[in-house]
Amino acid sequence: MIEKILKGKSAYWIWLAFLVVFIAIGAACYVRQYLFGLALTGMSRNVSWGLYISQFTFLVGVAAGGLMLVLPYYIHDYKAFGKLTILGEFLAIAAIIMCLMFIMADLGQPLRGLNMIIHPTPNSMLFWDMVVLLGYLSLNVLCGWVILTAERKEVSPPKWIYFFVYTSIPFAVSIHTVTAMLYCGLPGRHSWLSAIIAPRFLASAFAAGPALIVLACLVMKRVAHFDAGKKALDKLSTIIMYAAIINTFFVILEFFVGYYSNVPGEVHTLQYLFFGLTEHGHVYNNLVPFMWTSVFLNFAGLGLFAYLKFKEGTDVMLGAACIMIFLALWIDKGLGFVLGGFVPTMLGDVVEYYPTANEIGITVGIWATGFFLVTILYKIAVGVEHEIE
Amino acid sequence: MSSDSCAGSIEEGDALMDNERRKFLKIAGISALAGIGAPAIAKLTTTAAYAAPQHEEAAKAAEAGAEEDAVSGKQYGMVIDMRKFIEQPELLDQAIAACALAHNVPEFPPDKQKSEIKWIWKTPFENAFTEESFTHLAKNIEEAEFPVLCNHCAHPSCVRVCPTKATFKQKDNGIVAMDYHRCIGCRFCMAACPYGARSFNWEDPRPYVKTYNPNFPTRMRGVVEKCNFCGERLALGQQPACVEACKGSGAMVFGDINDEKSEVRQVLAKEFTIQRKPSAGTKPSVFYIV
Repeated sequence: MIEKILKGKSAYWIWLAFLVVFIAIGAACYVRQYLFGLALTGMSRNVSWGLYISQFTFLVGVAAGGLMLVLPYYIHDYKAFGKLTILGEFLAIAAIIMCLMFIMADLGQPLRGLNMIIHPTPNSMLFWDMVVLLGYLSLNVLCGWVILTAERKEVSPPKWIYFFVYTSIPFAVSIHTVTAMLYCGLPGRHSWLSAIIAPRFLASAFAAGPALIVLACLVMKRVAHFDAGKKALDKLSTIIMYAAIINTFFVILEFFVGYYSNVPGEVHTLQYLFFGLTEHGHVYNNLVPFMWTSVFLNFAGLGLFAYLKFKEGTDVMLGAACIMIFLALWIDKGLGFVLGGFVPTMLGDVVEYYPTANEIGITVGIWATGFFLVTILYKIAVGVEHEIE
Repeated sequence: MSSDSCAGSIEEGDALMDNERRKFLKIAGISALAGIGAPAIAKLTTTAAYAAPQHEEAAKAAEAGAEEDAVSGKQYGMVIDMRKFIEQPELLDQAIAACALAHNVPEFPPDKQKSEIKWIWKTPFENAFTEESFTHLAKNIEEAEFPVLCNHCAHPSCVRVCPTKATFKQKDNGIVAMDYHRCIGCRFCMAACPYGARSFNWEDPRPYVKTYNPNFPTRMRGVVEKCNFCGERLALGQQPACVEACKGSGAMVFGDINDEKSEVRQVLAKEFTIQRKPSAGTKPSVFYIV
């Protein structure tokens, strides 16, 4: 089936070439960082994780989001998602590969990465995160490939594969739960030390992942004559809406706990993210515009989804709603959550983080790699779809 | 596989060859997976084996009705007497300089503060004790510089999160130590330490080591480091460098806080002391007389 990625219209090749430019820039930036060290990033001993780990956290959610297609189809026999489950699985593969790349980009000694396996440490949540991420990646490669191969031969998939399909469901939940546990088990980091982190992560994942899949479907409808079906897209937009509403509810709960209890540790990070923190007469607020953009996009996206439930809308409107929700959640989790957690520092100071150009170059490069992977994987999936039609 | 059997399968036709190859690939794949996973599984099972007796000990201690955690072995700790440091502020500078010299701690220029490395450093009361009230602080405390360093906690959260055991609690003396050669530089420990005691080598620190001390290794970039309570000096029967730098003043008293007869315990029995962030549950081993 791999041969399908080698045949395409010129737009396909231009798009891949466009992505390769960014991948090359990212690779060059990474070589610089590899040779000089992470001092080329904006991170410091006070904000010791930056863009890389925050992107990693967000993308684990995108990977887990595929669950919203697999679960209805395989557990509830929701037939309309039949064509789409493979897209969820392939998106998960690309997202997890991006996660692993972001982790490698963040390591001070990447060549020692295998120490995680040579010296396994079960009390570290990072060890378990590695286990579940590699497990989920393997499951998706296996299930995606076997099911697509069966589909191509127009036979039903072998029985044994269902064992792995059903196993992948709790794995999808576990990858984001364990990723939340990286944060929510640390004493002293008040904004992370909340039992609601894992459910909040899952809620935002179940909105962001499907939003990306709907977008991909809309794009492929135009450029690849791939029709996901109205019924499937309607159901997906309902799922995105509910998940985004639940996520919003969780965020509001964090606000209530912080501001009503007035416990300083519970308030500081929210204050920093949404209003700015003042220390020694200086106002620190570099994330405030981002967070309010996120709030605006979140509610605007939800409003648009609600409108589409009552009135017949266009694909552009549905796409816009998905982009809004996706961006809102990217800012919320891919920037605010991780970066905000380091403010204030463990010694109560405020130190702001500004990513450097080199760091942004690597980040964009990895995102481009992810889009590249999604493109070729979806090319295969859609190619098989056309072949059997 | 012998050449005979190979030849045989070729004669039997392509389909069988395909099957054979498929089987071989399956076995090869599974063996490769097992090969990667085996060391991890072997390690985990052996750890469990030697951990078992410890559990029994702990269970016995619990049965004996021990209210606190079973106190076993040494736990080095320190009492910092701020009255002395306020009287003689130069003592702290001496202690910090002695530490930097003993451990090749680099000093970055002002434009490179982002890369700074700290083992023991000065900070105001409100930063050292973020949980204490500092609304109407005594003038002398408000102006004082407090020494802060790794607390060598009884329950260190940095050790709990380290995915490679590159940071670990030494069984014989309770020091939270680092293996610079095993650290992968994930900085999970820095996120976990409630005291901000850990630093990362964002770049090669060697050009910024002021006076090179051949008795202690310099670090490479990409690894985390912090105060080690001068484990290397204790092994030679010496006091930590900072404690020695304040010798005679009583500003820093060092010793085994699990030994009732130690000097440090006698100070603790006599004076009211506070610890940093007790609510983090880490049980710090550094105490302050304010």
